[in-house]
Amino acid sequence: MKKNWPLWEVFVRSKNGLEHRHFGSLHAPDADMALKNARDVYTRRSEGVSIWVVESKNIKASNPDDNGEMFEPAADKAYRHPTFYELPDDIEHM
Amino acid sequence: MTNENLIQYIYGIADNSLILGQRISELCGHGPTLETDIAMTNMALDLLGQTRSYFQYVAELSPKAITEDDVAFLRTEREYKNVLLVEQPNTDFAYIIVRQYFFDVFHFMFLKALENSKNINFQAIAKKSLKEVSYHKRFSGDWLKRLGDGTEESKQKAQKAVNDLWAYTDELFHMTENDKVVAEAGYGVDTTSFKDEYYAVITALLQEATLDVPETKYFQKGGKHGIHTEYMGYILSDMQYMQRTYPDMKW
Amino acid sequence: MKNQDTMQDKEQMKSLEDIFEAKIARDEKIEPKDWMPEKYRKTHIRQISQHAHSEIVGMLPEGNWISRAPSLRRKVALLAKVQDEAGHGLYLYSACETLGISREELYDQLHSGKAKYSSIFNYPTLTWADIGAIGWLVDGAAIINQVPLCSTSFGPYARAMVRVCKEESFHQRQGYEIMMTLCNGTQEQKDMAQDALDRWWWPALMMLGPTDDESTHTEQSMKWKLKRKTNDELRQQFIDQTVPQADILGLKVPDEDLQYNTETGHYDFGEIDWEEFWQVVKGHGMCNKERISARKNAWDEGEWVRDAALAYADKQADKEVKEAV
Repeated sequence: MKKNWPLWEVFVRSKNGLEHRHFGSLHAPDADMALKNARDVYTRRSEGVSIWVVESKNIKASNPDDNGEMFEPAADKAYRHPTFYELPDDIEHM
Repeated sequence: MTNENLIQYIYGIADNSLILGQRISELCGHGPTLETDIAMTNMALDLLGQTRSYFQYVAELSPKAITEDDVAFLRTEREYKNVLLVEQPNTDFAYIIVRQYFFDVFHFMFLKALENSKNINFQAIAKKSLKEVSYHKRFSGDWLKRLGDGTEESKQKAQKAVNDLWAYTDELFHMTENDKVVAEAGYGVDTTSFKDEYYAVITALLQEATLDVPETKYFQKGGKHGIHTEYMGYILSDMQYMQRTYPDMKW
Repeated sequence: MKNQDTMQDKEQMKSLEDIFEAKIARDEKIEPKDWMPEKYRKTHIRQISQHAHSEIVGMLPEGNWISRAPSLRRKVALLAKVQDEAGHGLYLYSACETLGISREELYDQLHSGKAKYSSIFNYPTLTWADIGAIGWLVDGAAIINQVPLCSTSFGPYARAMVRVCKEESFHQRQGYEIMMTLCNGTQEQKDMAQDALDRWWWPALMMLGPTDDESTHTEQSMKWKLKRKTNDELRQQFIDQTVPQADILGLKVPDEDLQYNTETGHYDFGEIDWEEFWQVVKGHGMCNKERISARKNAWDEGEWVRDAALAYADKQADKEVKEAV
C-alpha cells in the first residue's frame, strides 16, 4: 500500500469572541487525528480555545483567473459605504 | 508518617513520569510522521513538567539543601522507584503506544484518587496533571485502536507488544510498605481500590481494537523496590552522564 | 502557422510575466493559485523545501543531547526547541505543498540525496556546550537569514516565516544562556564553551552562503524578495553583532585576522575555508550519512504505522456508510 495521509486545513479560534482563522495545514489519517494533531502542532503556546479541521480536498476555492468578474464589479458600488453620503459637518451621532 | 515516608512515596510516583519522559524524549526526531513526533514530544514535556513539580517538593521536604536536579540525576539505580513498565525500550511504535496506554490508564486513575489527598501539594499537582494525562490516555488509546484494527501487520505488532508488556501491568498496583503507610495517613492512594476497574478499561479497549487479552498470570515486579530491568542502567548512564562526569557544577 | 502560434504564445507569456513581476515590485503577494512563471514555482519549491529539510535534519544534532541534558530545566527547554523545529519543518512543507508537490515527494528528494539542506547540521555535537553554541550561533545566523523572508513575495512562505520567527525568538536566547552559564562556571566549563565556539564559528559563517561572486541565484532572488541582502552583507551583519556577544562571554573568536575597522565601522575577518564548505555540501561532512539515514529510517520504519492509521480510517468510513443505509 503506497497511500499517504491526506492534507487538512486547520482553523483556530484564539479566544472566545474572535472568529476561527486559518492557521495552516497538516497531514492526518482521519478527522479525529487531524484534530489532535492540530492541537499539538498549532496550539503549543496557548494559541487557541477551539479548532476546526477540514480535509483540504473538500474546500472549493475561487479561481484567481476569474477575479475580474468575481470581485471587480463590487469596486464601483461606493454607495454601500457610509462615506458616500454627505452630511453637514455639525451633525453628531451618525 | 515522616517526611522520609513522603519522599519515598514521591519517588514511587515521580520516577514513573521521569523515566517515561526520558524514554519518549529519545524518540524526538524519529517519529513516523512530523505530526506524531510533535504529539509525542508534548507528552514527554508534560511528564517532565510533572516530575519537576514533584522533585521541587522533595527538595522542600528534604533535611538537606538539595535541588530538583540532585533528586533527578544523583541517585543510584536502587533508589529509583519507578515501575518496570516505563523503562521498557522503544522497540517499535506498537511497544511505544502500548506501554503508553497501559501506563496512562493507570496514571489517570491514580491522579484522580490523589486529587483527594490530604496533602495540598499532591492535590495541586494531581489537578494540573490530570488534564495532561487525560489527553495522553486518549491519544494512546486512539492509536492502539488504529494499530489493532488497522492492517494485518499492525495487528500482529500490536498484539506482540500487548503480550510482552502485559506482564508489567500488575506491578502498577503493588503497594509497598511505605505506600501503605502514606495511604493510611490519607496522603497517598490505595491503588488496589481501582485495580479491577483498570483491567476492565484496558480489556474493553483491547477488544475494541480487535486484540486478544493475554491470559498470563505471571507478572514481573521489582521496580517499586529499586530492582530494575537491565535497561535501567543504560537509561541512567545517559541521563546522569553530565552530572556524574562534571560533579557540583551549575548548568 | 505553427511558428506564428509560438510567437504569439511567447508574447503572451512575456506580458504575463511582466504583470507578475510588476505585482511583486509593488509588494503584492503571490498566492498559490495565481499564475506564476514556471521558474518561480521551481525556485520556490527548491528553496522552501531546502528550508524545511534543514529544520528537520537540524533536529538530529540537538536531539542527540536531549537524553543527556544536564538539568531538568535544560532538558525541557531543549526538547521544546527541537519540537519547534519539527513544527517549523511542518509549516514549511505545508507552504511548499501549495505549489503542487507532496510532502512525500519532498522526503524522497531528501532521502535520495537529491535535495540539499543546511550543511551545518552535518557537523557533530560533541559536548553539551555545542547545544549552547548551536542556539547562539546557528540560530543567530538563521534569524538573520529568516527575518527578511517574513515579507517575501510568496504568501504561504511569508506566513510560515512569520510564525517561525515568532516561535524562534526563544531559541537563540536559550543557547546564549547555556554559554553564559558555562562561562560563569568552572575552568572546565569555560574550556568546553571555548571549544564549542572554536568548532562552530566557521561553519556558522559558512551558513550564510557562498560569497557573492560565487552565489548563483542572488539577482533573481532579490527580485522575488527571497533575499533582501547579499550573502556577504548578511555575513558581515552576523559577525558585527556576534563578536561583541562573544566578548561579553569572555570567549575568543577563533580568527587571528578578526579586527574592528574604525573606518568602515565593521569587523574585518579572515579567509573562510570554502574548500571545506563545498566538501560538506557535496556529502563529505562528518555526519552527512548518519543524518540522512536517520531521517530515512524514521520514515521507512513509520510506514506500517501510517498504513495502519489509513486502513483504520477506511474501515471506519465503511462502517458509517453501512450504518447510514
